[in-house]
Order: sequence, then structure tokens, then C-alpha cells
Amino acid sequence: MSGSKNSIPHLTSERLLIKGGRVVNDDQSFYADVYIEDGLIKQVGENLVVPGGVKVIEANGRMVIPGGIDVNTCLMKSYLGTQPVDDFFQGTKAALAGGTTMIIDHVAPQPGDSLLEAFERWQEAADKKACCDYSLHVDIPQWNENVKDELELLVQDKGINSFQVYMAYKDVYQMTDSELYEAFSFLKQLGAVVLVHAENGDLIAQEQRKILGMGITGPEGHPLSRPEELEAEAVFRAITLGNRVNCPVYITKVMSKSAADTITQARRKGSVVFGEPITASLATDGSHYWSKNWAKAAAYVTSPPLSPDQTTPDHLHTLLACGDLQVVGSSHCAYSTSQKAIGKDDFTLIPEGINGVEERMGFVWDKAVTMGKMDENQFVAVTSTNAAKIFNLYPRKGRIAVGSDADIVIWDPDSVKTITAKLQQSAAEYNIFEGLECRGGPVLVLSQGQVVYEEGKLHAQQGTGRFIPRKPFPDYAYQRVKFRNQVKRKQGVTRGIYDGPVYDVAPTPKYITPSPSAKTSPTSHQPPPIRNLHQSNFSLSGAQIDDNIPRRSGHRIVAPPGGRSNITSLG
Amino acid sequence: MSFQGKKSSARHAGDRLIIKGGKIVNDDQSFYADIYVEDGTIKQIGENLIVPSGVKTVDAYGQLVIPGGIDANTNLYSPQKGLNPADDFYQGTRAALSGGTTTIMDHVLVEPGTSLLTAFDQWKDAAEQRACCDFSLHVDITRWHEGLYEELETLVKDKGVNSFLFFMAYKDKYQSSDSQLYEAFSVLRDLGAIAQVHAENGDIIDEEQKKLLCLGITGPEGHVISHSEEVETEAVYRAITIAKQSNCPLYVTKVMSKSAADVIAKARKKGMVVYGEPITAGLATDGSHYWSKDWAIAAAFVTSPPLNPDPSTPQYLTSLLACGDLQVTSSAQASFSTAQKAVGKDNFTLIPEGTNGIEERMSVVWDRAVATGMMDENEFVAVTSTNAAKLFSMYPRKGRIAVGSDADIVIWNPKETRIISANTHNLNLEVNIFEGLEFRGVASVVISGGRVLLEDGKLNVTEGSGRFIPRKAFPDIVYKRIKARSKMAEAHGVPRGNYDGPVHDVISMTKSVPPTPTTRGPPCPKTLTGPRNLHQSGFTLAGAQIDDHIPRRSAQRIVAPPGGRSNITSLS
Repeated sequence: MSGSKNSIPHLTSERLLIKGGRVVNDDQSFYADVYIEDGLIKQVGENLVVPGGVKVIEANGRMVIPGGIDVNTCLMKSYLGTQPVDDFFQGTKAALAGGTTMIIDHVAPQPGDSLLEAFERWQEAADKKACCDYSLHVDIPQWNENVKDELELLVQDKGINSFQVYMAYKDVYQMTDSELYEAFSFLKQLGAVVLVHAENGDLIAQEQRKILGMGITGPEGHPLSRPEELEAEAVFRAITLGNRVNCPVYITKVMSKSAADTITQARRKGSVVFGEPITASLATDGSHYWSKNWAKAAAYVTSPPLSPDQTTPDHLHTLLACGDLQVVGSSHCAYSTSQKAIGKDDFTLIPEGINGVEERMGFVWDKAVTMGKMDENQFVAVTSTNAAKIFNLYPRKGRIAVGSDADIVIWDPDSVKTITAKLQQSAAEYNIFEGLECRGGPVLVLSQGQVVYEEGKLHAQQGTGRFIPRKPFPDYAYQRVKFRNQVKRKQGVTRGIYDGPVYDVAPTPKYITPSPSAKTSPTSHQPPPIRNLHQSNFSLSGAQIDDNIPRRSGHRIVAPPGGRSNITSLG
Repeated sequence: MSFQGKKSSARHAGDRLIIKGGKIVNDDQSFYADIYVEDGTIKQIGENLIVPSGVKTVDAYGQLVIPGGIDANTNLYSPQKGLNPADDFYQGTRAALSGGTTTIMDHVLVEPGTSLLTAFDQWKDAAEQRACCDFSLHVDITRWHEGLYEELETLVKDKGVNSFLFFMAYKDKYQSSDSQLYEAFSVLRDLGAIAQVHAENGDIIDEEQKKLLCLGITGPEGHVISHSEEVETEAVYRAITIAKQSNCPLYVTKVMSKSAADVIAKARKKGMVVYGEPITAGLATDGSHYWSKDWAIAAAFVTSPPLNPDPSTPQYLTSLLACGDLQVTSSAQASFSTAQKAVGKDNFTLIPEGTNGIEERMSVVWDRAVATGMMDENEFVAVTSTNAAKLFSMYPRKGRIAVGSDADIVIWNPKETRIISANTHNLNLEVNIFEGLEFRGVASVVISGGRVLLEDGKLNVTEGSGRFIPRKAFPDIVYKRIKARSKMAEAHGVPRGNYDGPVHDVISMTKSVPPTPTTRGPPCPKTLTGPRNLHQSGFTLAGAQIDDHIPRRSAQRIVAPPGGRSNITSLS
């Protein structure tokens, strides 16, 4: 062991042998030992020949799985200038304690910010603080020409291949369908995956106004103003746009049954669309928004909201198990109660975000695998492998194989713990899963070949996480798209040139008056002088009816004396 | 009886008729009875009627006696791109009558910025002068704003209009945003009107059109490629969502594709108050003709949403119509001559949109649905007449053969057939999109307002004899459920004590929400490193924000203050 264990963050020289475990990948499970050196998996098999003095970890027949990948965290997303209480250090610590060895965080610039600058800010912060490997999505807060250059740079030089667009947050982040179409087209050319926050922002704004108008200001106004139909509608629209542009679409935060069903149906029809339920939507429901305790109700505020329908988690697990939904995220974004209280008199001001990075793997095991919905391989797929494939991290992440990163978890399916804010790693003082029991959890977590969590104790080191760049055109999302590009090439009909009569179009602008804001003009009863206008319209209509005389001559031309021209003949 | 001598004073009821020996078919039952008509209304129904002498007898032995058809969607007067339709109220209603339709509902297209009432009056005047059958009007609102409320109220309460159409397509021209639709729907619900939508995603269409023109595709096939089925389906889905949120009844005009129809059917299964209207063209033909080598033929099919290239579409729509998932058939008649269509000969986006179908509608439904065994004769009456009458508040005056109803009666001969041709149809159009198709089921006698207008193959109409049929708000079939739901839907807040815990100080409220999204500079405090470029300054800035967590931590500590936690914030 060349144990140069100094303060250099990336200690990758430890040699480890995991003995006697059952390796579980997304495709198969088998008994094998795993030998790790320099942070990589060097050998997988039985009776491995390894150097002497290697640290041996006895797995005792327990499952050895690829470390989890949490594809949706917001550890630095500020709200009105306040930062989440879980930063990259706290957040990744919590991730590791739950068996997640990699996160993909959202870079969330404000409208007007430079995407590159924001990206660099995030990267610097994460490099200093993260305890596990990370990668970054970049959110596009508004669409314009300037963004394009930055996107190109981010994809080609910075290793970003996924960008989020918003269909909600009217007048802030929301894009129109035209902008979405352009954004999709552009991102497709770059080979990026489009993440969509799918909710109909126009209708939400209307509903919020209505509900505030009714005097409802508490957190229950949040789900009331964001009913699940608005989520499902936006999902449907996003998929339609994706189909038209022929671009892969990834729906972040699938929170309701109808949104999930929409994705399912689209996949049945062949759309390249992926859906991501999150810890919260898989483990709890939206009934808590009606809690009498304001702090508790506010803790659940996230968008799209948790569905008040209590059968939602079960339904989402079923779809996850059968492959209709693919990836489990957490959307971890923790704000303290005092931060949430910014919206104590107006639910629209409550900062949105919930915890879940630590509990993610446990709840999928508890609610899907132990219930018999899902097998252990599918468990690995939805918590790790699928994400790695979609975001082009595979097989470096998401698989136990020779050459892959040594991000490994020894999973104990039988451990039981009760979730409570007192015992969590997150700094949030409220845990939305408080009191829930969860079967299954990590016994030991390896990140980059280092033991970072063992039997309840964290040995995480701030700043050891590396930025993992990702290449564009992930096969998993783009192979089909590429073929469709070739097949769907559009072709016109070759015809002779139309040589029949052409109606003369009089200049039209007659009807179009410039200002729609002039509220006075369209009102009903005008005094006589203006009445003239109406009158002239009438005579005008008479004139229009007489117009059919020239049309008739036009009509006759169709069979002109010289015989019909072939091109206009009928039938 | 002679009708030639009719005075031009448009409407007077005089004819007394007895229709003998036919089988009366309403939407709920069929039975054999004679009908006595006087003063334009049905006076008696039954056998062995006692009627005055000298009454004209119409023989209906072996045929069906059905309520005259109602065509719920025509555009006989609305110009497109400055072009007036080739068939106006006279030609259009004449064709309608010849096909067995005795009432049309025309769309008043109000150009952005003009007055709804003015346009309405203009349409009504034109129709009163020219129409040969009764008519009613929908009003199309092309630019929604709050200021329209008064006019809408007048139209609904005084003018007899209870249906308004909004466009989700025609970007930058007629298109309404989701917010506008929501506001408009909310207003319509309060007024008791029905919201109609032209459902297509205009944003996507606009982008696709640009793309296609760039690719050099300029012919009519570009129309169908840019108006793909998905774009229609998406908009239908969205319209239903908006209607659901605003609790307003919704009527989707021109359902042209299988998937759009499916969305409506599914929404109805979930209890939504939504209605779907397939049109003659969608039930009888498909979109393969857009690829015709003959430009004039391809262009004749241009309408929006377009006919679907999937050849199984007509049959599918017909079966949904038969099972009640779609409710009303119309024609969406809007005829433009080949010369007019040729305005878009080099650019498909300029082709005026519209197909014929006003004359063929009833025959198409009979042939495709009843003659094939999908639908019975009662359902036929429902989808061609009764449902529209109910939805649009004309029932039972229209849409039913009953004592007191208008004498709009058609004697339908299910055995006869006819072959459609532009040479024999009653329109000015020189291309008929159904050219050469043969349909079973023909109207042999048409009675409108108690007068026999079609008999022995002779059409005998009077220009200007059509009356405007005003319609009341809050049609029962639609609004009973809506009213009940309005009562149910009251949301209630949770009564809580006041939150008395700590509140994070938002100093930078104004800072991080930049008022103008156009400024591209970073919204956070600016660094002083002048000559360095912007990218570099981002680094130092990030450092500053990370240090920010120190004040935050102190705020966090307050949550468990020395005096004990306040109850309301405690974590149960």
C-alpha cells in the first residue's frame, strides 16, 4: 500500500477486497469477490489473486451493489438570496449515509445570469465541499440567442449534457411553447438531454390569484393552486414537443398518477421520454399540506406538489417496477423552517424544496422490493444504472464491473430504521418522512474506493468529490433519435407548377387595429357619430357579396377555351 | 302548391301540410304516425288526424321522417386573408337544404380589435338577407381581453348567442394564451355560455411551418406535415385541462384525428363536460390527398386541423360517434375556389383553409355509420340534429319531431344513393373533396319552416327566408353538472394559529429577482476587479456566497431558542 494519505483530497490508493458478497447489477446477480485498487474496480470473480496486506471487507453474503446516483439535488439553489441549509458538504454527507455515492446537482442561474458563470460558481463550491462525486445539470432560466453560445460551450468543453427548462414559474423562468421548441431543437443538435419541469405556469398563476383571493394563504393553497391536471397537461405538452422535434425528454419530479400515466402512454407509442419520481412522491403524500402545524405543512412545499391522493406512491412504485418510470431522484433542497416562514402569510412565497437524498434508496427498497413489486436488479437499475445510462456516466458509474469506479454499497435488506430529523445527516430541522419506518439500508459505503460510511459512522471528507464530466449524445437516449432522424426526413411532392388562375388578394390590413389594450373601442353602444363606422361596414358587406361576380369569371377560367391545363384539372 | 309566387317579405307561415305514412324517427324512438303542419310548426302527430280540407299531402310511405339536420359549424361569411368564401349564405344554405340540413350555425369571425357586436350585427344582417334556412351564430373571439366582458354579456343576454370560439392556433393572429383562455372560460361559465376551441398548438405549427419552408416544401403536403396529429391532440388535452380548472363546458370543433378523439373520450370517462365534433370531411375521407400530384386537388383538402393521413381515421371517428364519445357532426364548410386557393401556390401557409361538406354531411353519416351497422337510425338523428339542438339551447324547437316544434322535417330515403360530383352539387366550388364517392341515404323531401323546399329532386328556395334563431344561456344538458360542481368546488383553507416562529430575513428580496430579465449582468453584488473579464469575477463571487452560510447558521440556531420552542413550530 503506497499510503500517501495526506491532505490531498483524492485518496485513491487504498486496496480493498470485498469478500463473500453477492454482486447485484441491473442485469444479474452473482456471488463474487471484488478487488479494488486506486479507486477503481480491478477484479471481479472468485478466488482472486490479490497482493498481500490488502484490507478485506467481509460481506457475508450480503448484497454488493453499485452506489446510488441521485440525479436531482439542489444544494445551492438560492431563494430570494437565502441558501439551502444543506450545502454540498451537508448534502453529500447525507447522500453517502443513504448509500448514494454520486449526485447530479442543478445549477440554477437567475434570468439574466450567465450560464457559464453560474456553472463555474457551482463547480467551485462543489469542488471545495462535496464528499462524493458529482455532476451538474444546468437550468436555463430564459431562452434567447445569447444562451446558445454558452450552451454550446458547456456541452463541448465543460462536460454538461443535460439542461432543464421550465414550463412553470410564469414571468420568471417559464418558456413559451415556441421557445421550448427552439430550445429542444437546439439542445438536440448538441446531443443533450432536455429536463423539463412540467407544470402549466399560466394556469398556476391564475389559480394562485384565485386562491389568495379566497383568503387561503396557508401551505394548503400550494397543492390547491397546482392540481395534478396541470402537471399532467404539461407533461403531455412536453412530450408532444419532444416528439415533434424528435428529441429525448426527461421529466423531472413525477409527482402524480396522471403525469406518470401520461409518460407511460407516450412510451407505449414510442416516444423517447423518461420519468423521474422522487423520494417524496414515492414515500409520502400531499395530505400533510392540511396539517394544523404550519411548519410541518410548509416543509412539504415543493413543485409539482405531492399529490393528496394517498394511492399515488403505490402507483408510482408499480410503474417504476415495470420500467415505465426509470430513475429515482430526490429533488433534495432543504430550507429551514425560518426560511420557509418567509411565506407564512402567502403560500406563493414559501421556498420550495424537500429533503430525500438520504432516504431515497431505503424507501425504494422498502416500498418496492420488500413488497415484491421489484427485484433487486431492477432496484439497482432505478437507483443507479438507468441514471448512469441516460446521463452518459455508464459504465464508469452504475455498474460493478472491472474498470468501473469503486463506488460500492454493501446493502442490508433487513435493517430497519425509523426516520427522524434527530438522526439524519441533513441540517434541515424537519424531515418530511419523520416517524416512517424503512427496511433496507447500507451497511458500508465505498466512494472512490474509500470507506466513507461503515455501520452508522460517516468518515466523509469535505472536498473529496470530483466533478464527473459527461459527453453528449448518450446512446441510451440518442440511438433511437438518430435513426428517426434518418427515417423521418420530410419530402415534398414534385409537381408541375400550378398555372391556373390566381385570385387577386386585396391588401388586408383593413381589419387589424393595432392596440388590443384600447378597452374603450369594443364596448357596446356607441353614440351616432361613431355609429357611422358600423354603417359603412354594412355597405361594405353588400359590396363583398357583389364580389362574387369577378369570382364567377374566375370560376369560368378553370375550363378555358384552349382546353384545361392539365395541372388544374379535377380528378 | 306553387312556391314561385312567394313574396319577398321573407317569412310568413302559411302552408298546411300533412306528412303521411312515414316512420317518425327521433333520437329516442321511432314510430309510425302522420304529421300535421301549420304555420311553420308541427300541430299534430298521430294516426287518423283530423285536418282541414285542402291540405297538401306529402307522401312518406316506406321512408323515414326525421328532424331536419343541424349543421353546427359553417363559415359562409368569414373572410380569410381578405378572400370571401366562394359560397355565401345563399349558396351555402341552399346546399345545406338539398342535403337535408335545415338549420346552420355559422361562425362570426371577429378580427382582433374590432367590436364583437358590430361583427355580430354584420353577420346577422347578411344572413337575414341571404340565408334560405334558419340560422344561428357562434362568435369567434380572436383576441381576448377583460374589456370584452360587456359585449359578451350583451351577446348572451340580449342577442341570443351562447357559444364562443377561441383559437389555440394561428399564432400572432388569432391565438389565445392559456391565461387568456382561463380568464375567458371563467367569464363564459358565469354567463352560461359554451366555450368552443379550435384546438391546435399554434406555437409548434408556426415553428414547423418555418422549418418546412426552409426545407423547400411549399406544396399542400406541407400543410399536413406541419399540422401533425400530435399538435391537435396536445391542444385538445390542454383545452380540456383549462376547462376543467375553470369549470366551464367545452366543445372541441373539428375533431380530425384518432388521438384527439381519444383524448376527448377519456376525459368524458373521467367526468369532464366536453363535447367533440367530427366533420363531414373527417368522416368520409382522409389526408392522403395532400400528396396528390394535382395541386388543385391537394389544395382543396387544406383545412385546419388537417385531414389525417391515416386511412383508418374516418372509421374510427364514426365508431366513437356511434358510441356517444363524440356527439355532434358538422361540416366546417368554408369554400374557396381554386383560384383563391392558388394564392398559396408557392407557399402552403397562404392557402385559404376550408373544405366543403355542408351538402354531403347527412348522407355521409348515414352511409358510413348507419348503413354499415355501427349506428341505429335514432342515434343518426341524435348526431346530425338533436344533440346539437340540446347543446346549443334550441331544443325542442329544433332537433325533434314533436307537437310545437318547428316544422323542419326531412323525409329520408335510406335506399337511394347518390354519387358526389362538383358538376352536380349546389355549391360554387369547382372541386368537391368527395368527388366520385357514392353515398347511401338521400333526403327526398325537405321541409323548412313548414314549407316544402325540396321535392322530386327539385330545390325551391327563397333567398332571405331564413330566420335568426336566438339561443338562451345555461343549456340544461351542459350546465346542470357545471352548476352542481361550482357548489362542490369551494376550496377551504386550514384554520391555524399564527406562525410565531422565526422568519428568515429576506434582505435581498429585490436583489435576486432582477426586474428586467434583459440585463445580462450578474444580479449579485458586483466585484471590483475591474479589468478582469466577467467570467473571472464569477469565481470570487461564488466564494462570497459560500461564506454566506454563517449568518444562515445563526438563523438556524434560533429555531430552538433559550426560552423554549414555540408550540406552533415544533416538530411533531
